[in-house]
This record gives sequence, structure tokens and C-alpha cells, in this order.
Amino acid sequence: MLHAFVWASESAESVPNPLIPAIYDIVWSIIPFAIVLVMFWKVILPNMNKTLDARAEKIEGGIALAESAQKEAAIALEKYNALLQEARAEASDIKDKARAEGALILAELKDQASDAAEAITAKAHQQIEAERLAAIQSLRSEVGQLALELAGRVIGEQVKDATASSAVIDRYLADVEKNEKSK
Amino acid sequence: MNGLNSLVLSEGITFHAPSISEFFPAAILFAGTPFEMNRIMIIRMVMVILLVVLFWLGTRKMSLVPGRFQGVIEMGLDLVRVNIAEDLLGTKDGRRFLPILTTIFFLVLFLNITGIVPGFNIAGSSVIGIPLVLAVVSYITFIYAGLKKHPGAFLKNSLFPSGVPKAFYLVVTPIELLSTFVLRPVTLTLRLLMNMIVGHLLLVLLFSATHFFVLGVGQWYGYVGGAGTLAFGIAFSLFEILVAVLQAYVFTLLTAVYLQLALAEEH
Repeated sequence: MLHAFVWASESAESVPNPLIPAIYDIVWSIIPFAIVLVMFWKVILPNMNKTLDARAEKIEGGIALAESAQKEAAIALEKYNALLQEARAEASDIKDKARAEGALILAELKDQASDAAEAITAKAHQQIEAERLAAIQSLRSEVGQLALELAGRVIGEQVKDATASSAVIDRYLADVEKNEKSK
Repeated sequence: MNGLNSLVLSEGITFHAPSISEFFPAAILFAGTPFEMNRIMIIRMVMVILLVVLFWLGTRKMSLVPGRFQGVIEMGLDLVRVNIAEDLLGTKDGRRFLPILTTIFFLVLFLNITGIVPGFNIAGSSVIGIPLVLAVVSYITFIYAGLKKHPGAFLKNSLFPSGVPKAFYLVVTPIELLSTFVLRPVTLTLRLLMNMIVGHLLLVLLFSATHFFVLGVGQWYGYVGGAGTLAFGIAFSLFEILVAVLQAYVFTLLTAVYLQLALAEEH
């Protein structure tokens, strides 16, 4: 029944053969093809290629940039390390120098101090010696005077000859000293 | 069967069987001239305008980091460029023939897909013009490519393949002539045309059967039958999307393969 219906409708309308193209069909196939071809060929694909090229360039440029940045960073690090090394060496140099200088100063100060101490000691010795000598001198003359006075009083006569008496006194004192020393 | 018939007659709803005349609707514009336009020709031009507008918008201001829309457009272009042109023809020849291949792919795709677009409901490529013109383009392109690359040797290589004993050329040459220079364009045309015609007839059959079952037959068995044909109609609509993309891909891929064979050093 279905078949009969189909056949009936076909025979009624005299259906064209779908394998034989009509002129308008070809025309309206060439025109769309031409439009789309020109669009892709002249507009879309050049745009797309431009974008792809720009993108590739950008990616390559980015990679190159990163590489150069890395290189620069490595160089900077090297420089920094060298500087650090230098600074460390310099610092230790300065430290050594300072230590040596300090030692030198200390030794100098010690020398100066001991010199001063020696000088003071020597001066003191000298003074003591001088005072001793002065004391002996004054003692000697005083003792001599006292002895002379005493002796004069004992003898009852003034010993007139001063030079003779002083010689006696000296001789006596030398004897006393000799005795003292021999004791 | 009798009851069914009477039901049809009483309600005045008849089963509309799909026929070839679906592909030859009445002229709407410029009737009688070579520029006569019927529904299908108008659908073609609408899709061409849509194609131009979409791609023009998608590539008008291209940025290096694509947005969503530009990304989709680029994905489509890359499908042809990378997966077909560069894959089969290499970077240099791929770029050379990319405009033709891209045009074939998107024109076929956009005209195929109208078969399941509501309101259009018929593929722009379901009338022989588009398949035939594109097959001729493909044919001319691969012959041109072969003749340009191997001016003297292309026809000889195609018809008298090397390494075959001379006597065999009696058999081989007619076969090669037929397969390369006759069957290639014919199969390209018929594969696309018949896929689109049959797809349309199938959908019309299923949906008009649904219409008939539900409104014409009624009753519980009419509804069951209608539900069945409707389900099949929806399933085949989805299948037609696949067919539309696949046929566009196959047409483009075969054109690229023919080009590759024409450009190859040895056959």
C-alpha cells in the first residue's frame, strides 16, 4: 500500500532525476564555493597565519629572553661571588693588620712603661745616693765639729789650726769607717 | 489494515511518504532564469553568509591569546590545517592547498548541517550541484598539482605504474584510468549526495510516520508506534550530525589524499 502511494505521487509529478544537475543548481553551487574560497584564501587564512606566526615568534622570543635572563643571572651571581670573596679576603687582611698593629702598639707601650719605670727607679736611686752622700757629708762635718769642740773643751784649748784639725778629723773618720767596714 | 485505512480517511490525515521531489521545491526567486532560487538555494546562501560572518568575526581582531570564540574558530581551522593538510601533504604543500581544503571542509559541513537545523530541515548539499562542483574542484586541483609537479611524468605514472610487466598494462591501464580519472570524482559526488538524500528521506519518513501515528491513527497502538518512530527520528537526527561532520571530513580528506598521490614522487 505504501509503495503504491509513493509510485502514485511520483508518476503524478514527473520527478526530476536527482543525478542530473539543473543549471540554477550549478550556478548556486559555484557562487557559494567562490565566495567561501575567496574569503578563506584572501582573508581568513592569511589572518590566521599571521596570528600563528606572531604566536610562534612570541614563544620563541620568550624562550630566548628567558635564556638571556638566565645567562645574565648566572653572570651576576658569579660577579657577586667574586666580590664576596674579595671582600672576605680584604676583611681578613684588615683584621690581620689590625691585630699586628695592636700587638706592636702594646709592645711599644710596654717598652715605654718599663723605660719610664726604670728611669723613675734610677732617679730614685740617684736621689737616695745623693741624699745619702749629703747626709754623710753633713754628718761628717757636724761630727767633726762636735768632736773638735768636745776635744777642745776637754783639752782646754782651742785648736787653732783649722786645716790641721780637719785633717785629723778626716783621718779619724776614715779610721772609723775602716773599722766599721772591717767589723 | 482495513480499520486503519478507514481511520485515515475519516480524519483526513494521510501518510506523507518522502519522495525525490522534496529536493526540487518550487522556485521562489528569479524563476526561469539561471539564477532561479528555490528553498534549498536560499538555504545555501544563508549558510554561506553565516559562514562568512562567523569566520570574519572570529578572525577580525585575532589576539595571541585567543578568547573562547576565537578559540573555537581556530580549532576548526586547525582541524583542517593540522589533521588533514599538514598531516598528508606536509607543511609546504599543506599551506599551498590549504585554502581549497578549508573551503571544501567548511562549505560541505555548513551545507550538510542544515539537514537537522529546525526550519531548514534539508541539507544544502542534498542537491547534486554542491557535491558535483566540489568534486570537480577536487579533480581539477589534483590533476593541476600532478601536472605542475611532474609535467611529463604525471599521466604516465598514473596510467602506467612502474614495476608492472609491460603486458599487464593492457589490464592495468584501463583500470587506473577508470579509478583515477573517472571514479574519483564520481564517488566523491555520489558519496556526499546520497548520504544527504538518504539522511533527509529517513528523517522525513520517521517524523511523518510519527505525525501519522499520533494524529492519524490515535488509540494506544498509534501512540506506541508514534513514540517508537519519534525515538528513532531523534536518534537519527543526532546520527545525521555525525554524518554531516564525517562527510565533510571524508570529502576533504580524500581530496588531500588525491593531492598527496599526485604530488608523490613514485606511484
